[in-house]
Amino acid sequence: MAKITCNNCGFDNTKGTTICVKCGNPLDNDKQGKLLNMRYDGSAIRSKTRNRSIIDKIWRFFSSVKVGVTLIAITLVASAIGTIYPQEMYIPSTVDPSEHYRDQYGLAGQIYYQLGFHNLYSSWWYMVLIALIGISIFIVSIDRGVPLYKALKYQSIKRHPNFLKRQKLYGSYKNYTDQDKKKLLENIKKQKYKLTGKNGHYLAEKGRFSRWGAYVNHLGLIIFLAGTLLRFIPFMYVDDFIWVREGETKVIPSTEQEYFVKNEKFIFETYGESEEDARFQETLQNTNEAVPKLFQTNAVIYQNEAKGVTGAEPELKEVDRGEIIVNEPLKIDGLSLYQDSYQLNEFQSMSFTLHEAEDEDEEAIAEFTVDLTDPENLYEFDDGYEVELSYYFPDFALEDGEPVSKTNYPRNPGFAFTVHGPDIKEPEVSFLAIGQNIDASGENQYKLSLADFDVRNVSGLKVRKDLTLPVVGLGAFIFMIGVIQGMYWQHRRIWIHQGDNELHIACHTNKNWFGLTNEFEKIIKGTNFAMVKDQEEK
Amino acid sequence: MATKENTKNNRQNRKRNRLIFRTSILIVLFGALLFAIVSNLTADEAIVQVGDKAPDFQLKQVAADENNSIRLSDLEGKGVMLNFWGTWCEPCKDEMPYMEKLYPKYKEQGVEIVAVSLDNTELVIENFADQYNLTFPLLHDKNSQVLDAYGVKPLPTTYFIDENGMVVERVLGGLTLEKLDGYLQQIVPS
Repeated sequence: MAKITCNNCGFDNTKGTTICVKCGNPLDNDKQGKLLNMRYDGSAIRSKTRNRSIIDKIWRFFSSVKVGVTLIAITLVASAIGTIYPQEMYIPSTVDPSEHYRDQYGLAGQIYYQLGFHNLYSSWWYMVLIALIGISIFIVSIDRGVPLYKALKYQSIKRHPNFLKRQKLYGSYKNYTDQDKKKLLENIKKQKYKLTGKNGHYLAEKGRFSRWGAYVNHLGLIIFLAGTLLRFIPFMYVDDFIWVREGETKVIPSTEQEYFVKNEKFIFETYGESEEDARFQETLQNTNEAVPKLFQTNAVIYQNEAKGVTGAEPELKEVDRGEIIVNEPLKIDGLSLYQDSYQLNEFQSMSFTLHEAEDEDEEAIAEFTVDLTDPENLYEFDDGYEVELSYYFPDFALEDGEPVSKTNYPRNPGFAFTVHGPDIKEPEVSFLAIGQNIDASGENQYKLSLADFDVRNVSGLKVRKDLTLPVVGLGAFIFMIGVIQGMYWQHRRIWIHQGDNELHIACHTNKNWFGLTNEFEKIIKGTNFAMVKDQEEK
Repeated sequence: MATKENTKNNRQNRKRNRLIFRTSILIVLFGALLFAIVSNLTADEAIVQVGDKAPDFQLKQVAADENNSIRLSDLEGKGVMLNFWGTWCEPCKDEMPYMEKLYPKYKEQGVEIVAVSLDNTELVIENFADQYNLTFPLLHDKNSQVLDAYGVKPLPTTYFIDENGMVVERVLGGLTLEKLDGYLQQIVPS
């Protein structure tokens, strides 16, 4: 193993060391006369020492600041590209993404889609980039933090004069009295330096902890990244959604069918409906659209007490009830139910009358109501008439001449009724939908007409749980501490070397040299010492 | 002499310790990376996957002569094709005739076809069964409880379960007659 032997004290320093660990003599003899590089206090960065095994090589790769910065740059560029076109979650859910991007944005959109930028922030390669940045930060911190810590902890008070001479702020003094030196040391102490001395050599130091700022803030970042990883643990993070219709009870997702929610009422209010809104009248007149004031679901939460098998009729016990308003969720077992979406006026039931086709007054022979949530097959009446609901299409549409239901929900109900009666020989078929009343044979004696209908609202609830937030918050907090620590304090040191017939003084700080020179002016006040020279200024 | 030997030993010890330290840190970091990627890729998938034990459930049968309930665990010993569907769902409709066509042949070989409908109303399921002349059991998951337990997202989703109740295959989306035949072949009890 290569060693660098100090030509002053003969100590064997680790390869990569630039300042002798023992006596503080600069080891970079080829750069005589230039200022010393004080990064990591001249200690050897660990990864640069030796690279033998594959582990060492991987370690070295990640410990390179260049690699880290490159990774960050790539991630930044990719993130920026991801904002050019909308992400997949923001395009209409009805369109096929592979066609949408091409149709909307042409060739660029096609390339965008095929390279996976349409789903960038959850794509595997984006996550790999983020994780590699995390790994890089971690390894860089260990690689540089540990040697720096050791170098500062075991730093020697007495440094070689060459070390002092090659500092940015340096002065050598011949005409001074012991009185002056005593006063100087007193002043240093007044500036709250920690002063240690040995054989007339002194080291004054303060704010060393600010050097750890960068590492504390790396630690915060790593905790932050780990927090985002925790999202993948189902117990830690839930992001789900349910539609609940008024009067309906639905199982809450991610509760293993333990909890159910009932929508008792969904309330949608706009401004201008109540008297207290009179003061907004002027503004409201200037807008043509209704301005929503309130979205509210009156919800009841039930716990399923049936310990039986899934799908068996649940035994529901009420455990909570309340009003869910935007930003005021209802909470159950760590889950929060947030008001998220709504649909107004979905059909709930429809009433029909049966009357003679020729009768212009449409005098009802029979009246019945079809509950669209649970329609019956047969509606029977006293005088022998029967209406059979032969076919029901909740969301009626014609496809290639065939009646179909486009969705599961009664948005546009269609009915095929068959009417039986004492005076009807062949059962008569009528077809009814919104705006349609078709007589199947054209010779029907009886006709059905829509008399009335009921509607109900649908509330969309977001089911959320995020136990990762405290971890992410802690990470961000520690990050901020690190930033503050490194920003508002500086690590300042003053070395005083008692030479044979002169006194060397050198100052160093990791940032804010202006502050240090100011401080030094205060330190030499009342003494004969002149100001140290800034050797960088020519 | 002894001190030289000592320093050599020390150095080797340090070297070994450093290798162990670096290796363990790299393992932890890359483990986390792997965890993140694997979790991300499987995040959207259903809860019940191939190789899992199919969760038991019991649902009411509709459009049948007797309105029985069917319980999955009662079908143990038989292969079960568990199909989640809805009458409004086009690809579900398309594969129903194939299921009906293969049902008699595989029923003889000990395979049951169970179709769990997510329709809101029984009536539409009955209409549908009439229209397509379906003879295999149709179950009604009115509260979407079974859907939730299986974590099924797209319709149709079909599970092929062997005689021991283990999920052998899971198919998202529609099936062709040939594919269906192949999957059913896999769950014929031996």
